[in-house]
Amino acid sequence: MKKFTAMLLTGMIAISMLASCSSGGNTASSDSSSSKESKPASSESSKTSEAASDNGSTASGGSVYYLNFKPEADQAWQELAATYTEQTGVPVKVVTAAGGTYSDTLTAEMAKSEAPTLFQVGNKQGLADWNDYCLDLSGTDVYTQMTTDDFNLKDDDGAVKAIGYCYEAYGIITNKALLAEAGYTVEDITDFDSLKAVADDIHARSGELGFDAFTSAGLDGSSSWRYSGHLTSVALFYEFRDDNVTEQPATVTGKYLDNFRNIWDLYVNDSSADPATLSTSTGDMCEAEFGTGKAAFFQQGTWEYANLVDPEKYGMNPDDLVMLPIYCGVDGEENAALCCGTENCWAVNAKASEEDIQATLDFINWVVTSDEGTTMMADQFGPIPFKAAKEPENVFFADANRLLAEGKYTVGWAFTYTPNTDSWRAGIVTALAAYSADPSDANWENVKTAYVDGWAIEYAAQNG
Amino acid sequence: MAKSKKRKASGNSVTSMLIRRPIQKWFPLFILPTFICFCIGFIWPFIQGIYLSFCNFNTPDDATFVGISNYVKALSDPGFVHAFWNTAAFAVVSIILINVAAFAIAYALTQKMWGANLFRTVFFMPNLIGGVVLGYIWSMIFDGILKQYSTYLTANATYGFWGLVILVAWQQIGYIMIIYIAGLQAVPEDMLEAAKIDGANKWQTLFRVIIPNVMPSVTICTFLTLTNSFKMFDQNLALTGGAPQVIANGAKVNMTELLALNIYSTYNINKNWHGVAQAKAVVFFILVAVLAISQLTATRQKEVQQ
Repeated sequence: MKKFTAMLLTGMIAISMLASCSSGGNTASSDSSSSKESKPASSESSKTSEAASDNGSTASGGSVYYLNFKPEADQAWQELAATYTEQTGVPVKVVTAAGGTYSDTLTAEMAKSEAPTLFQVGNKQGLADWNDYCLDLSGTDVYTQMTTDDFNLKDDDGAVKAIGYCYEAYGIITNKALLAEAGYTVEDITDFDSLKAVADDIHARSGELGFDAFTSAGLDGSSSWRYSGHLTSVALFYEFRDDNVTEQPATVTGKYLDNFRNIWDLYVNDSSADPATLSTSTGDMCEAEFGTGKAAFFQQGTWEYANLVDPEKYGMNPDDLVMLPIYCGVDGEENAALCCGTENCWAVNAKASEEDIQATLDFINWVVTSDEGTTMMADQFGPIPFKAAKEPENVFFADANRLLAEGKYTVGWAFTYTPNTDSWRAGIVTALAAYSADPSDANWENVKTAYVDGWAIEYAAQNG
Repeated sequence: MAKSKKRKASGNSVTSMLIRRPIQKWFPLFILPTFICFCIGFIWPFIQGIYLSFCNFNTPDDATFVGISNYVKALSDPGFVHAFWNTAAFAVVSIILINVAAFAIAYALTQKMWGANLFRTVFFMPNLIGGVVLGYIWSMIFDGILKQYSTYLTANATYGFWGLVILVAWQQIGYIMIIYIAGLQAVPEDMLEAAKIDGANKWQTLFRVIIPNVMPSVTICTFLTLTNSFKMFDQNLALTGGAPQVIANGAKVNMTELLALNIYSTYNINKNWHGVAQAKAVVFFILVAVLAISQLTATRQKEVQQ
């Protein structure tokens, strides 16, 4: 009896192993076929152009699976996907990864047999991780629709592996109405010294004015990226500009950290928040301070516009809002424009089946050319670098364009070079929180260590 | 054991050959569905996990064999070593704290007192809340308290460590208490009465009669608290997420990171580290298994036969 059971169990283990082996074998074989596919991919682009000309008939069994990166745009993508399916009959599935978990979700989804056909690559690091999965998009229809190459990600051979489908800008969002109350206009602010003079004055009179200069410099996880990511990026940008850095450097010098300290001290000192407890103030709290008129300055990006003017939320008047460049006392910074860049790049899964690749290329081409698609993109993402783009109503983009039209220089998104981003930023946040609680030079040294040594450590970890 | 139960249950009808035979013959068929699920959901991923720990991989499909280099990297990572000592300290503190407190509460609530059932329910309730939710709630509580003293939870590793201990104790004491209550209620009345007649005082009764009799519960409870504290993840992630991070001797260490969280964050560095994280996970498994088995053997020996 026992023997029988034992034999049965052994048999079952053997069968289950075989089953899993054979399923493993299947994926392996589909893999090899897809790696063959990736070669004729470039020749496919010619097919794309004929196919895309008559949108409806391209549905030769292909389907689209888009793993979306932005939770706030999920609803819009779902609706757009439904519209597309209605018009062409091509099934489009949109799945959105929860905030902050995109790379985990992508890794998990890519391992499945129904892998995403369209996904996001944020930066060089993402491209390094997913290069094998990224189809060469040079020459595809959607690529020829683009107005600039600035936001695209290319591999070492110059092949376009991911296309930046939108761009964003950040700076110091300013409430003009509050500035006027304090007796200033935005024209008074042209560099760090003038910004500091205005902010110090507002802070000094905050009791009488009823508002303060800056919102809390929240270092809770929901807000700290504005400083550990976006503000350090300004220091990195100037450093990289001096050193002509064009690819991820193994080390950084921290040459502009004193400027970083200038602006950080200003944020902390000229706000009503207790500097010792910044790590408890969340992004929502900081947003509310600005949205309800408790602070005149708020370092945030173009994506914040919808929340600020939404009548259900803060209902601010768009005419009161303006975005100023981040000044930190660097020579010539009166010519700086906003910090523009993107981490939103589409990549098409090269390992998907030929039909699915075709369907995906058709879909994104439709998104950036059709009326429905461009309307949605303008609403959700602002200006998009495509010929058929619609004008967005977001005033911050108008600021970005105005500054560029005046011939000022864009402060590029240097943070896209950060190695092992989350960990590097975590070190900065720890050090910044300690420094804010006790702004001593010794504590600033720790910020420096996190910035300079941290970079080298993360670079080694990433490439190790 | 099964036989004796059957005999007790219903005389000779079940023990009759006519019924026993087919049951014995066909029971593998009945455990088959569960067994298949177990293979798919546990055995196979486990084997694949061990294989992947010797590979470089981004997704499991494109794994390439690299030998033991992942293990070398894993064991030479100061963050991993630090996380190990953190976890060990955390386990010791939380095992003692949780078991002593849970036993004391269980002992109090098995005395004749008004509202004992209400208290049991109240003490058990924290266990019904998920770890991540608890982590966020408690981080707000701690930060709220520490704000009075112009500091914050992630300011240093000590706050984070004790914060986690308090959180986990608060969550698990109620659960462990229920097991002790069951154990205490199973202590034979006649033994307690005999002790009383023999003139034993409360302490003597507790240490000489009650505790030896609840040793099986102690085995279970130490096992649960030991494995729980080693596998601690959600609460760790939500409470501090490993912060603060310090740089010392050219290496980064997340001061409040426990083993499971360290494995998780290693995996997320980038694709070069997926295999290393997998190797750490295998080391982690062996560690937990060895500890749990030796603990079981050790406490089993202390159990008394009734």
